[in-house]
Amino acid sequence: MPMPSSVYFCLLRAVFLVCFVNPLIILGLSEDVNEIQDHHHHQPKENLTGLPIVTFKWHHVQTPYLVIIWVFVAGLAKLSVVELSHHVTSVFPESGLLIMLGFVLGGIVWGADMAQSFKLIPPTFFYYLLPQIILDASYFMPNKLFFSNLGAILIYAIFGTCWNAATVGLSLWGCYEAGVMGNLDIGLLQFLLFGSLIAAVDPVAVIAVFEEVHVNEVLFILVFGESLLNDGVTVVLYNVFDAFVSLGGPRIDAAEIFKGIFSFVVVAFGGSFLGIVFAILLSLLTRCTKHIQIIEAGFIFVVGYLSYLTAEMLSLSAILSITFCGICCQKYVNANMDEKSVTTVRHAMKLLANGSEIMIFLFLGVTAVDTEIWVWNTGFILLTLLFVFIYRIIGTFLFTWMLNKFRLVPIEVIDQVVMSYGGLRGAVAYGLAAMLDEDKIPEKNLMISTTLIVVYFTVILQGITMKPLVQWLKVKRAAHSDLKLIEKLNNRAFDHILAAVEDICGRIGDNWWTRGWNRFEENYISWLLMKSKARKNRDYLFNIFHKLNLEDAINYVSEGERQGSLAFSRSDEAANVDFKKQFGSEFADVMPNIMVDMSNYELGIEHFSVTSIVKDTIPSVSLDIHGQDRKNAMDDINAHHLLQQHLYRSRKNHRHKYSRSHFSINQNEDEVQEIFQRTMRSRLESFKSAKMGVNPAKKITKHHKKELMHKMPNGHTDSTGHLYGDEVDRAVGRDTGAINSTFMRDMYTIGAGIENPVFLPDMDSPAHSPPWLMETEAVAPSQRAQRRLPWTPNRLRRLAPMRISTCSTDSFLMADVSLTLEEHEEQPQTDNEDMRPVFD
Amino acid sequence: MGASQSGRLHMFQDLADKTGFSTEQINNLHIRFMYLTQDEDTLRREHLENISNLALNPIRRQIVEAFFDKRNLGEKEKGCLQEIGFEEFVTILSFFRPPKPNTAECLEMKEMKNIKKEKLRFLFNMHDTDNDGVITLDEYRHVVEELLSSYETIGAETTKAISDAAMLEVASVTVGQMGPDEFYEGITFEQFMQILKNVEIETKMNIHFRKMDKRTMQCGK
Repeated sequence: MPMPSSVYFCLLRAVFLVCFVNPLIILGLSEDVNEIQDHHHHQPKENLTGLPIVTFKWHHVQTPYLVIIWVFVAGLAKLSVVELSHHVTSVFPESGLLIMLGFVLGGIVWGADMAQSFKLIPPTFFYYLLPQIILDASYFMPNKLFFSNLGAILIYAIFGTCWNAATVGLSLWGCYEAGVMGNLDIGLLQFLLFGSLIAAVDPVAVIAVFEEVHVNEVLFILVFGESLLNDGVTVVLYNVFDAFVSLGGPRIDAAEIFKGIFSFVVVAFGGSFLGIVFAILLSLLTRCTKHIQIIEAGFIFVVGYLSYLTAEMLSLSAILSITFCGICCQKYVNANMDEKSVTTVRHAMKLLANGSEIMIFLFLGVTAVDTEIWVWNTGFILLTLLFVFIYRIIGTFLFTWMLNKFRLVPIEVIDQVVMSYGGLRGAVAYGLAAMLDEDKIPEKNLMISTTLIVVYFTVILQGITMKPLVQWLKVKRAAHSDLKLIEKLNNRAFDHILAAVEDICGRIGDNWWTRGWNRFEENYISWLLMKSKARKNRDYLFNIFHKLNLEDAINYVSEGERQGSLAFSRSDEAANVDFKKQFGSEFADVMPNIMVDMSNYELGIEHFSVTSIVKDTIPSVSLDIHGQDRKNAMDDINAHHLLQQHLYRSRKNHRHKYSRSHFSINQNEDEVQEIFQRTMRSRLESFKSAKMGVNPAKKITKHHKKELMHKMPNGHTDSTGHLYGDEVDRAVGRDTGAINSTFMRDMYTIGAGIENPVFLPDMDSPAHSPPWLMETEAVAPSQRAQRRLPWTPNRLRRLAPMRISTCSTDSFLMADVSLTLEEHEEQPQTDNEDMRPVFD
Repeated sequence: MGASQSGRLHMFQDLADKTGFSTEQINNLHIRFMYLTQDEDTLRREHLENISNLALNPIRRQIVEAFFDKRNLGEKEKGCLQEIGFEEFVTILSFFRPPKPNTAECLEMKEMKNIKKEKLRFLFNMHDTDNDGVITLDEYRHVVEELLSSYETIGAETTKAISDAAMLEVASVTVGQMGPDEFYEGITFEQFMQILKNVEIETKMNIHFRKMDKRTMQCGK
């Protein structure tokens, strides 16, 4: 086992990073920082005596250089944290480790400078680090879950936060009046201000911890949704109290308080509303970005950020604005954009959010190593910790108790415990504390240090104990299900059943509203915000179906790679694999309409990317469905990558064309032609064995695949039911009883005897005239085709063919078509065999 | 029913004990029942089919059938009734009754399991139209077809493909790797439970029966 050595290596690397690399960088940096000061003064004096070949211009690049070095260090920090031994990472949450690493880095900086030259300052945090995290969280929000629990989330987020702010502030003030804290220059309003900034449960910290714990979905959405929304609420609350503090105690009367409450409402709801407006804009925008696919992904970020800044400008709640922008736009944006762009958005979003998260935690640690901010007041600090903890618990239980009176499914006590324990404070609290105005709040530093301690306490201590607690309490965990499709089908059926029973009982209930909204959304909102093409394919079930197919495609390709080529076959054990392959072949004709733009479908490498895979691949029915750890987000990229490696590369050199706006190389007619010819030849070879006298539809055989694919979308819109339908009916009728008895067997059969024509030796020279031209009458199905025939109709597959208009109802032909397509796909593989060393 | 007022109350009390509804809920349901049947004693299919909101429900046929399915009424025999009385009506609806909140926490695991099983059985019967204890592919296709029928953009072929894929998924999970000579009959109830074990059906298959007032009572016709 290489295990110990790799662990050892990782440790070594981590130690190396921490001990050597970081100090070097930082020492270098901090000295440079000092030098710059001098440099600035010296510079004018230097006289140019000759033409310098190179000059050292540190001050020119200082700021961006420092920033990027820190980003780099953060990346390394994450790396070292993740690569750390599993024993450590399974106990410590990453966020806690990053903070601790931050201590170390901060210590090094401080050791070098004797002052903390790098701090997390509020503008950086609020303008450059926070927005993408919130956008990410909201963009990936499970909407259905979120909105079905919206009531509870709002209660926790609004009233829970106010409760926390008020109780913590008041209790601290009470204790202060009682003399526990000694002499401090803090009044009631300042205490309330402090309470409000410390009240927010931080989404960054919460996600970081809860993601690793896998609690059940309702609990997760409650904690997560609450933390997301209550950030917005806290900021609003903070601003209101900040205004009160500036106003001064005596001048606050009932009218001002009323104005404060009113502004709270306006700011919170105004922000949310603004976010929704931007979401609508964004959705409309993506409707018409078809021709600028390369940059359409950028719009999400730009518009999202714009909604944040606009809200900030209007002094509405920026966090709520970007939250709702992300939540509302996701559905339409994903539907409107090209699949490639969707993948880009996902990954870029994760990249940005993860990056800022690391930076934030790291700097929360770094910032702490600074003598300036530390003011110790035992009473204040300990009491704050105590109150924060206790009132969180009381608040959670109180509001849950009220909510449970209305909830159909009450929130269990255990879940409540976890919820209250999950009240992690984070960078938002620190950011707000650092924003305090020292003139108005003399004890600012005390508040900052208290906030930091609360943050460390909650993130590190509660973070570490969260997992054992969840295990110990036997909190319902998220169920990992192997089943995707049937589960979704059942859920769908459920929704309808519940709605129907409600109708029968004559009660207008939740299901009624949900349904009403869905109908409205489908008819009007989707119509407005979605491309008509996208609308068609947006059914939820269809999506799942689509995703599963995508996964299977990946399995298929990787299995092929494992076995050396996509042409693996003939092995009895590989029955399931062949089954996949079978589906693979079938699949191209299956759902042309998934493709946003079919006309792009060519055999050229680049055009084969994610979208087309999806189309072409299949469903292994997943006999090995368990084996796959599927992370949806990863799938697309994997598929993309694999296909890149595997698809056809001609023996000709690539002609790389550089284009800023397209990814296209090698869209070469000759090449396409060559592939086609080879395929046709090999196919004919394999057909020789039998003469079934099927008349091939000329359109199919005569033109290459592109053409063929082209037809399908058309065909399937009109003559849907008839062409293939008859056969299906027949088939269904025939084997109603027998169907189940045959299908497993069929899979096996397929596997048994596939020959791979692609490997026929003489495929290189398409010397004679294309066979398909001469053999219009006599193309006969191959062995394979024959084998398939008997069960073509009742074969179970995830992807049934959508009919191909140009093709007859003849199942022989269906088999033919699929064969062709299959071979098109295999072809590249063989070629790639030769090429692989080059790519490796 | 020609029973006197007190007789009716007595009957309601019995029903409440039997089904777990409160007498108030039973009373409400009775009003609704009488409304649906237009003051007749028995409910027939057309009564339910006349509910306007139900007309938009793609799987209304199955749901309506479920009300007349003898299996759901705790009888051994199979088959369908032509009309049902109030008692049967309430019995069917009790499948959708949430577990009593006050007992929810102290419910024995076993009891919870029973509730779950009952609810699943109801769903299973809904899919298993020919009462043979197995949801065959054809039956399942039919379900999916109806389910997706409201989405005209999804063709019949896709529907079939989806149901086939779902079925295969079940096969692969419940049976595992099959030998070449095996074949899959269809989903049995045990397998049905297995595939839905992660769905917390006892918390999902519930509707509020609490707030029924005169206003909402009259809606939907």
